[in-house]
Formats: sequence, structure tokens, C-alpha cells
Amino acid sequence: MELYEYTVHEIAEKLEKNEVTSYDLVKSYFDRIREKDGLVKAYVSTLEEEALEQAKKIDERRKNGEKLGKFAGIPIGIKDNMNIKGTKTTCSSKMLENYESPYDATVIEKLKKEDIIFLGKLNMDEFAMGGSTEQSAFFKTHNPWDLGTVPGGSSGGSAASVASDLAPWTLGSDTGGSIRQPASLCGVVGLKPTYGLVSRYGLVAFASSLDQIGPITKDVTDSAILLNLISGHDEKDSTSSSRPKEDYTKSLVNDVKGMKIGLPKEFLGEGTNEEVRQAILEVADKYRELGAEVEECSLNVGKYALATYYIIACAEASSNLGRFDGIRYGYRTENFENLKDIYKNSRSEGFGSEVKRRIILGTYVLSSGYYDAYYKKAQKVRTIIKNEYDKLFEKYDLILTPTSPTTAFKMEEKSNNPLEMYMADICTVPVNIAGLPGMSIPCKLDSKGLPIGFLLVANSFEENKIFRAGFTYEQAINFRENNKPTFKGGEN
Amino acid sequence: MAISKEEIIHIAKLASLNLTEEEIIKYQKDLTDILEFAEVVNNLNTDEIKETVGINGEYNVFRKDEVKQEISKEELLKNAPSKDEGMFRIPKVIN
Repeated sequence: MELYEYTVHEIAEKLEKNEVTSYDLVKSYFDRIREKDGLVKAYVSTLEEEALEQAKKIDERRKNGEKLGKFAGIPIGIKDNMNIKGTKTTCSSKMLENYESPYDATVIEKLKKEDIIFLGKLNMDEFAMGGSTEQSAFFKTHNPWDLGTVPGGSSGGSAASVASDLAPWTLGSDTGGSIRQPASLCGVVGLKPTYGLVSRYGLVAFASSLDQIGPITKDVTDSAILLNLISGHDEKDSTSSSRPKEDYTKSLVNDVKGMKIGLPKEFLGEGTNEEVRQAILEVADKYRELGAEVEECSLNVGKYALATYYIIACAEASSNLGRFDGIRYGYRTENFENLKDIYKNSRSEGFGSEVKRRIILGTYVLSSGYYDAYYKKAQKVRTIIKNEYDKLFEKYDLILTPTSPTTAFKMEEKSNNPLEMYMADICTVPVNIAGLPGMSIPCKLDSKGLPIGFLLVANSFEENKIFRAGFTYEQAINFRENNKPTFKGGEN
Repeated sequence: MAISKEEIIHIAKLASLNLTEEEIIKYQKDLTDILEFAEVVNNLNTDEIKETVGINGEYNVFRKDEVKQEISKEELLKNAPSKDEGMFRIPKVIN
């Protein structure tokens, strides 16, 4: 077995027992990147020299008997919208193509303290706006299960790299499904934590009331480990929760007896692919067999949530992206005579078309005369959606739905129709609107050999229930052991 | 609700974006479609409903008003497209 094939919890044990070195582990990933990233195109930039250098030092320290953190010397890949000091953070945008981070994001600072090593930065839809990674200003990332299909998005690079063993685990960010949907399409585990559980300081803002950083991993155990490493209060993010830190690995219990799971019928009806629907029903049956109570319920929020999402997310994005003016950092036009020209031309030349579309929509819904009708209304509908979930969580521990209504779609299939692309987020968006945690776990392949994922959603700060149920499922049905990406297909 | 070409031009101006003729027509159509879809929220009665502003219950988060210099001026200026004597350089604003 190659070193890059192990999960983090497996390889951490080997490191601890001195069976492998961090140098060899990190090197195996860069060799793998050289071998496969030409096909997948997950990385925007790699940090090979620094990473190998650091791995050597950690091996040295371990050799000298220094007490190291349990995950010291393990590498990670980072979505290219999180700042690592002294390296580029591009957001896959021409606007930030040459931007060098002057500081570390809080999640990066936390990982550095654990001596985790950064492999590089991963491709995404520009400024995290999209569901296919086709909106990257640089290049498209391919799904390793079929290179002619998209990896999902916006954290497409983060999910495709874990699926292809180009990183043992990665960080993504999720505003409307950007961790869970690509995780589902690539057959890996993706968790969007409760809003406020992980600090957003140093994450380039898209929609601040929805954005959340989370782990993309090979299995549920690694997800709990990585959440342990990145969660916790941060005074640099005033929305970060002041709750005491939890140890999520304690929730990795192989038992769902007594758990109550709601299965909302609205997410299995029209618009959901038949194979996906069948797969979710099989997951429900498996949970019943494992001792959970699974019951059909109703959660009629999908299209309201989607409409609310596009109003709120675009409004917040138009405000957040106002900072890109060509003055302090980022792209500056060469074509200007006055200050106004710098603003307008830098923005027009620096942003791609999906970003501009969302800025226009966001500016529209916030503009005088429309604010009440759209933005204020959406904020109220957000309350209704939250209330609907609250009602369900009085009765259920978890809610089970598909993560995505379809498996990976063909490249360019939806890129010309924004509304159709937005519909792909219908299962994941309501979870962000209500600020809840949700995890996508792979369950099987469809008839085309593409992964299907299911989504477990819990009440706020009840990640422990997700880990318990996710872990139990994985012990019964280990998708990863039985399925490997084929790297078939391709552009021709 | 159809959005007019003039409205798109006005909004683009508010957002400091130049749009090509092609983009104006495309965004006009896209926005009309998206807002038409967003009309579903009007089916819901929200008369008695409060707006959600913070989602996780944190409210009035205070910290001590202490000056901390975590990033140096040089580091912050490093990404500036144009700078001069420790300042951002922009074209003349007042004639």
C-alpha cells in the first residue's frame, strides 16, 4: 500500500511508531501530485520545497525524542480562499492572482501549532461562487471518477484532491453547499460545521452570515479529528461561538440504537434523480437495520431556502466584494485616468462573469426601493426556515436527505444556465440558511460509476450526533474500501 | 418581473462595474429569471416574523479596546499595486 492511500488516523499511528517518516509521507503526496494532478487539476499552487523542508525538521525533532502533537508531520491541502502567511491566496480569481497573504487565517494558525504541513492551495469557483469549479479563472478541476464530469464546487479542488489521494485531508469552505456537494460528487466525507464553530478570520469573505470552514476527509474519523483541530472560539471573529471546545472523536461510537432520524419526503420527490433516491432509501433501511428509528417527515423549505439564499448570499457578496477597488491590494487596471476609472476598470477586468452576476443581483436587492421587498423579506423567511428545522429537531436527532439531487454532471452541461446550476444546491442550501451542521457521506456508485452521497443534518452544535451516526454507517458500509476513482474519461 | 436594460446599467454603476452590451443583455435575462424564481418567498406570510440577523445566538460581542500591531505596515503595503513613502498611491482626486 502506498503512503498516500492511508487515512490520517492510520498514518498518524505509523508516524508515532516510527514506521514511516513525515518526509516520505509528504514526498509520496508530491509524487502522486506529479503523477495525477495533470488529469485532475486540483492544485492552484503547491508548496513542495517548504513542505519537504518542514517534514525533515519534524522527523528530526521526533528522532530527538521531542514530544510532538499527535498529527505532527501530517500534510494537508487548503482551499485557495484561506490565508497562509507569505503564500498566495488567489480565490481562483484574476483579482487576487498575485496576492500574497500578510497573515495566517485562524484555522491555519491552529494547524501550524500542531505541526501540520501545507501541501498547497486548491482550486475553487472564483470567490467560492459556483457549484462545479468551472468558474475558476485559471482552469477547471476534473472529477477523478470520470474526468469528463465536474467535481462539484465551490471546493472542487479540495474534494477532488482527497478522492484522488493528492492530499490526505483538506479544508474547504461552505456557503450554500460548497463542502458537502463536491464531497458527495467526489465520493469523500465533507462536513459543514455549525455556523460559528470554526473561526472565519482569514477566510476571504463571500457571504459572511453563511460562510463556514470545514474538513473534507477520506472517512468520518478523520473528519472528527480535523474538526477538533480547527474548532473553537476566536476573538478575531465576533460570530465565533464562545461555547467550550468539544472532543468530537469521543462521538465516534459504533451504535445508533435509539437515535431518531427524519427522512423528509420533499427531498426525495421531483427533481431528485431516481438512482439517488433509491440510494437514500437504502441508507435509511441500513440505519433501521442498525437500530435507529427512521421515519418519513415533511420539510417543505427547499425552494424558499434557495430563493432566500440567492438574495442573502448575493447581497452580502456585493457588500464584501466592494473592498476590491484596485488601491490597496489585488488587481489594478492599466487603463485609467482618474480614481473612478481605477475602481470601475479594475473591478470589471478583475472579476469573472459569475462574480459580476452575483454582485449585480446583490446590489439590486439592496438598492433603494427593493431592500424591503427582497433583502428584508429574505431575512424573515430565514427565520421561518429556522423555525421549521427547530420543529423537526424536537422530534428527531438527525435529518437524512441526499446531498445533491444528481451525481456529477458533465462539464459545461449547466454552466450556461445559472438557475439550473443553482438548483443543484437545493439539498444543502437550507442547512446554511438555518446555520446548522451537515455532513455528506458517500454510500454507493450509480450505474455510471459516479459516487452518491447522503447528507446528515443535526441541530446547532450537535455535530456529535452526526459523527456517531456517520461513523456507525461507515463501519457497516465502507464505501472507500470497496470503491476507487478510475480516472476514466477526459476532455476528448 | 422583467428588469429593464436601464436598470442593469444603473445597478452596474452603483456596483462600480462596466458592462459590455453583451453582458447587459445576458445579466438582464439572468436576473429576470432569478428574481422571478425568488418571487416564491412572497407566497409566505411574514407579517409576524422577525428578521434573522445573527444565526447562532451570539449577541453584542465585546472585547477589550487594546491596540495590537499584528501585521506591520510594510507587510500590509506589500500587495499595493502602487505605493510611495509608506502610502498607497492613487491618481490625483482634487484638481
